[in-house]
Amino acid sequence: MQAVTSDGGVIIDPAALSERRGSPWDAVRLARDQRRPHSIELIGSVFDRFQELHGDRGYRDDPAVVCGIGELEGRAVVIVAQQKGASTDENIERNFGMSYPEGYRKAIRMYRLAERFRLPLITLIDTPGAYPGPEAEERGQGEAIAKSIQVMSVLRTPIIAVVIGEGGSGGALALGVGDVVLMLENAVYSVITPEGCAAILFRSAAEAERAAMAMRPSAPDLLALGIVDGLVPEPAGGAHTDHIVMSASLKRALVAQVERLDRVPLADLLSARYDRFRAMGVWVDPGAGALAERSRPWWRRMLNRARL
Amino acid sequence: MRLRMPFRRGKTEFPSHLWTQCPNCGEMLFNKQLVRNLSVCTKCEHHFKLGARERIALIVDSDSFTERDATLVSGDPLGFTDSKAYPARIIESQTKTGERDAVITGDASLGGVPITLAVMNFAFMGGSMGGVVGEKITRAAEHALSARRPLIIVSASGGARMQEGTIALMQLAKTVAALTRLGDAGLLFLSVLTDPTTGGVLASFASLGDIILAEPGALIGFSGARVTSETIGEKLPMGFQRAEFLLERGFVDQVVPRAQLRDRLAFFVAACRLPVAELRWGL
Ligand SMILES: [Zn+2]
Repeated sequence: MQAVTSDGGVIIDPAALSERRGSPWDAVRLARDQRRPHSIELIGSVFDRFQELHGDRGYRDDPAVVCGIGELEGRAVVIVAQQKGASTDENIERNFGMSYPEGYRKAIRMYRLAERFRLPLITLIDTPGAYPGPEAEERGQGEAIAKSIQVMSVLRTPIIAVVIGEGGSGGALALGVGDVVLMLENAVYSVITPEGCAAILFRSAAEAERAAMAMRPSAPDLLALGIVDGLVPEPAGGAHTDHIVMSASLKRALVAQVERLDRVPLADLLSARYDRFRAMGVWVDPGAGALAERSRPWWRRMLNRARL
Repeated sequence: MRLRMPFRRGKTEFPSHLWTQCPNCGEMLFNKQLVRNLSVCTKCEHHFKLGARERIALIVDSDSFTERDATLVSGDPLGFTDSKAYPARIIESQTKTGERDAVITGDASLGGVPITLAVMNFAFMGGSMGGVVGEKITRAAEHALSARRPLIIVSASGGARMQEGTIALMQLAKTVAALTRLGDAGLLFLSVLTDPTTGGVLASFASLGDIILAEPGALIGFSGARVTSETIGEKLPMGFQRAEFLLERGFVDQVVPRAQLRDRLAFFVAACRLPVAELRWGL
């Protein structure tokens, strides 16, 4: 499969960003800024004729996840997005973007719909994490996230995942197994919130800033680490300063990626998706060298030694 | 019920060389007797945490285990430091446990059937999943697929390893993808949840077993009990996030006492074998 290109204005070279970077903590605060454009607003300006679909068909409709079918430059696509609020009232209604298991099960319904009609799937990630309350536990939060990751990993249609604000832990990854994973320039994506990490490793939630420094959750760092494939440029000053420019930038990136993935044969797409996540992780295997040494014939080893 | 962080337990459970006090019933147990009883309290049947090597010996046919990928050790992709640098933390855990990381994988036979096995080790940094655990679980699943063997994973983990940041999070996707291929090829995956199985491990491979067994009393949940209780600002009901609770809610198939685990796994492995023709022709 062809690698991600800078088509659609996506930044794929981390070096191109080095001059405009703040600290990781600045990134976290910016990503959480309530004035940033949230999913429903972005969906409204990026897609045409969006029709929202509701419910997981098992328990209820989770308002923290917004899904449906819309058109991207005339091409029908399925959209699954996490919704934070722009005000305290809206945040309470949307549970601060933290979904319950039924939110992930609704997402899974949409994934399957996209697969059946071979519609590209676009996910917008914006959550501090899956809701950690007791009802969520009772209804199988762990299982719902695991299943969502599983369904995405073998879904027979192109997937583009975009972290638009805060990508928090498994609750974000449940929408994040894409052929292409993008982040808005000032978004963050981490294994746990800086506050959570601080409470456990630094023994105080007040140390969140130090935890953010250590975890490196900002978009340029994750681009350099190969976790994400490209960054969607934000207007100078951040997405909250100009929602219209932000939507246009996101739309341009999505159109280019959908066009690119449409040309990739499905089998290649699926094996590249497997390989993409398969390659993640850092380890050393000092034993592998020794094993390779042992598997070479004795006379070759002797020859090498003689040469030394 | 105690609402402590899962990974701070353990430490207090083996305070003396000769005696151990059961944290559940308070009974003083003679260590030799405890080991003979598979680290289960003789009075109240509290299941103590079991080391990975002991767990392997408990499950597989005697002397049948061959370890795979034993030499993998973790890198430090972020240069992570909290009160201590991550590499120093790893060395400390290696010294304490005598293991290189938090999972042991390999081949064995169970009731005469060849299997691939992965057993997590809670004593190593809370059984947390970073690059090494993710890679070894993935390799175990890929090996089981190519050798056409059933896979058993025994989980004991606080979740993803924070010291590896977002890379640790990606291990959820990596392991799940490999296990999904195993399942799509018609091979059995048995998931055993032991105390504790939480966070990113529960939110990935541990929840995806064709059959999921849990040990009695094991803490199993996505969010730590402390976080959950702080979220609603009140104490949680008795037995919340325990194995029996998950059984009742439909998220595990059986709660199996440790003494019966081996026979139960052997039964499922034997019952869910591929038909001979499929094995031979790879259909
Ligand atoms: Zn007891």
